[in-house]
Amino acid sequence: MADQTLPTNAWPANGVPADLIPPGRKRLGFALMAAATLGLLAVIALQILYKTEVTTLGFDTWRPIVYAYVLWGVALGVGQVLTRGEDGQRALFLLPALLFTIAMVVFPTLFGFYIALTDWNLSSFSGRKFNGLDNFWQMLADPYYRNALFNMVLYVLAVFVEYIIAFGLALLLNAQIRARKFFRVVFLMPLMLSPVAVSWMIGKSLMEYRFGPAATLARHLGWDNPAFFSNPITARISIMVLDAWTFIPFMMIMLLAGLQAMSREVLEAARVDGATTWQTFWQVTFPLMLPVSVTAVILRIIFKLKLADIIITVTSGGPGGATDSVSSFIYREYRDRSNVGYGTMLAMAYLVIIIVFVTWLLKFASRFVRNVN
Amino acid sequence: MSVQTTDYSVSEISSPASFLTSRVFIYGALVFWSFICLFPIYWTITTSFKSAVDVTQGHLIPFVDFQPDWKGWRSLGLSPDSITQTSTVRDEFFKRFMNSVIASVGASGLAIIIGSLAAYGLTRYRYHFAWFKNEDISFFFLSQLILPPVVLALPFLVLYREVGLLDTRVGLILLYTLMVLPIVIWIMRDQFNSIPVELEEAALVDGLSIWGAFFRIVMPIALPGMVAAFILAMVLCWNEYFFAALLTSTDAKTIPVMVASQTGSQGINWWSMAALATAAITPLAVIGILLERYLIMGMTAGAVK
Repeated sequence: MADQTLPTNAWPANGVPADLIPPGRKRLGFALMAAATLGLLAVIALQILYKTEVTTLGFDTWRPIVYAYVLWGVALGVGQVLTRGEDGQRALFLLPALLFTIAMVVFPTLFGFYIALTDWNLSSFSGRKFNGLDNFWQMLADPYYRNALFNMVLYVLAVFVEYIIAFGLALLLNAQIRARKFFRVVFLMPLMLSPVAVSWMIGKSLMEYRFGPAATLARHLGWDNPAFFSNPITARISIMVLDAWTFIPFMMIMLLAGLQAMSREVLEAARVDGATTWQTFWQVTFPLMLPVSVTAVILRIIFKLKLADIIITVTSGGPGGATDSVSSFIYREYRDRSNVGYGTMLAMAYLVIIIVFVTWLLKFASRFVRNVN
Repeated sequence: MSVQTTDYSVSEISSPASFLTSRVFIYGALVFWSFICLFPIYWTITTSFKSAVDVTQGHLIPFVDFQPDWKGWRSLGLSPDSITQTSTVRDEFFKRFMNSVIASVGASGLAIIIGSLAAYGLTRYRYHFAWFKNEDISFFFLSQLILPPVVLALPFLVLYREVGLLDTRVGLILLYTLMVLPIVIWIMRDQFNSIPVELEEAALVDGLSIWGAFFRIVMPIALPGMVAAFILAMVLCWNEYFFAALLTSTDAKTIPVMVASQTGSQGINWWSMAALATAAITPLAVIGILLERYLIMGMTAGAVK
């Protein structure tokens, strides 16, 4: 992704350049930002003192802090324009998203790291206790968490099967066919449906043991006992199939766009040189499609790492935790045992694993694409 | 795969037989996959009109196999004969439906506003916030995409309880905005990159301010991209289940949570469950059919270079 960023001085300066701002306006801007910052800090300090019962003055909930943060953000924006003129106006494009994301991600994540180090069960009365790395040691000894991580590996590997099917479908849609738009809409449809509804539609009714059509079909094909979700291996495969059904269109659309962007001349040239369709595909189409493929697979893996809805609603992780993803396992850790401290430790460990894995994946993918081309 | 035989431009001339085989194969595969995509939907819709006997005997085709009946829809209060009567289930359903609409439209709207502004800034200007440059800021935004919901869920549960946003639609909107913001920024960056800078330079020479140029020149051109990003964001928010299941209980519950709570209970009637599932997927199925062009535009942004 090449940024088309421009140096700021490439712009005709018709606003107020920074050095032409009157000192009075600058002072006003700085005063405003300073006042807002002090105000925010004062409100936070007051609330902390109130909550720790040092003072009696304060608010019942922390919500005023949220309002104070929003006001501080507005003051910061106005201050930027006042002190920096046109540069400030430019900063204004970025500030809302930046302040929003920092408030919504950075703070909760840091808070999460703190919770992870506490013994905190919402259903018990004792409240939270700092217990250091106890949760961490408990996690290392937890066979169910290891099992969930192992399942994630299997689920991620299933992406490659999805990729092959998606590529095949994209080739089909890219062939010279009638009613292309109709088929594209139909193939896209599963992606539109909510995973929870799909869980019922397919997982709980089509694949139902007694009278689901899929089970009936399986009986006709010679599988005597088509219990899709009672054996660990078939249960995992069923979850993969369900998830693939929803998400194959996502990769298919990206690959189709890649196929359509490919230049006809290259394919024509290969044909003129006497290559068969099979050779053309492996020697020309596939290598040219590699960058798109890598993007599609990586995005899909990132989505796969969040897999939870289907497992929670269809199997609740069963049988015996065999289908658990990390997310669904932590979800039940909270839902069934209200164990916030331990659940957060599991989530934070997962976050670290994901960051390491995705960073490696991106490095590996870019090297892979470079080497092949 | 018979990709080997799909060489139509050559075979069209040389051998009609192999051309025919490849046609049969292609259309056969297309119809087969269409069946896989559509059968679950067909099954759900027809099941909502079945009675218990038709379900257990696996009847599939209405009017031939079984006599359709409004049973499932009556239990939702949405059948022709029950639509005029008061129905608590229907009221409940529409309450959840409105929650879903408000949460997904609100979050997508907010994400489009702040996401477009940030994407525009990042494609057009150079920023230095301390040691952070444009690439770092872009990476910061896009990296949110890998953050799994489960990492934020429990801290947010605690924080929302403290600030009184638990089980509120505002709370959901804020979280969903966070969830779709990286995707919106990704799409809009691609959009703004495709608009020539000369247009804005001309506008600035003509005396427009930076923001004036953005609103009067750039926004109208980028509008299709914004629609695409909005629709994609809406689909993601509408189908979101994880946060909604953890952070809402009575007031702000959304459609997926309602559907899931019904599937969890034992002995639920298939017909009413099927009617509920049908009602839950209909809005997005309609969007998928009518606005398919924008969806594809959103999904392929930045993928093909």
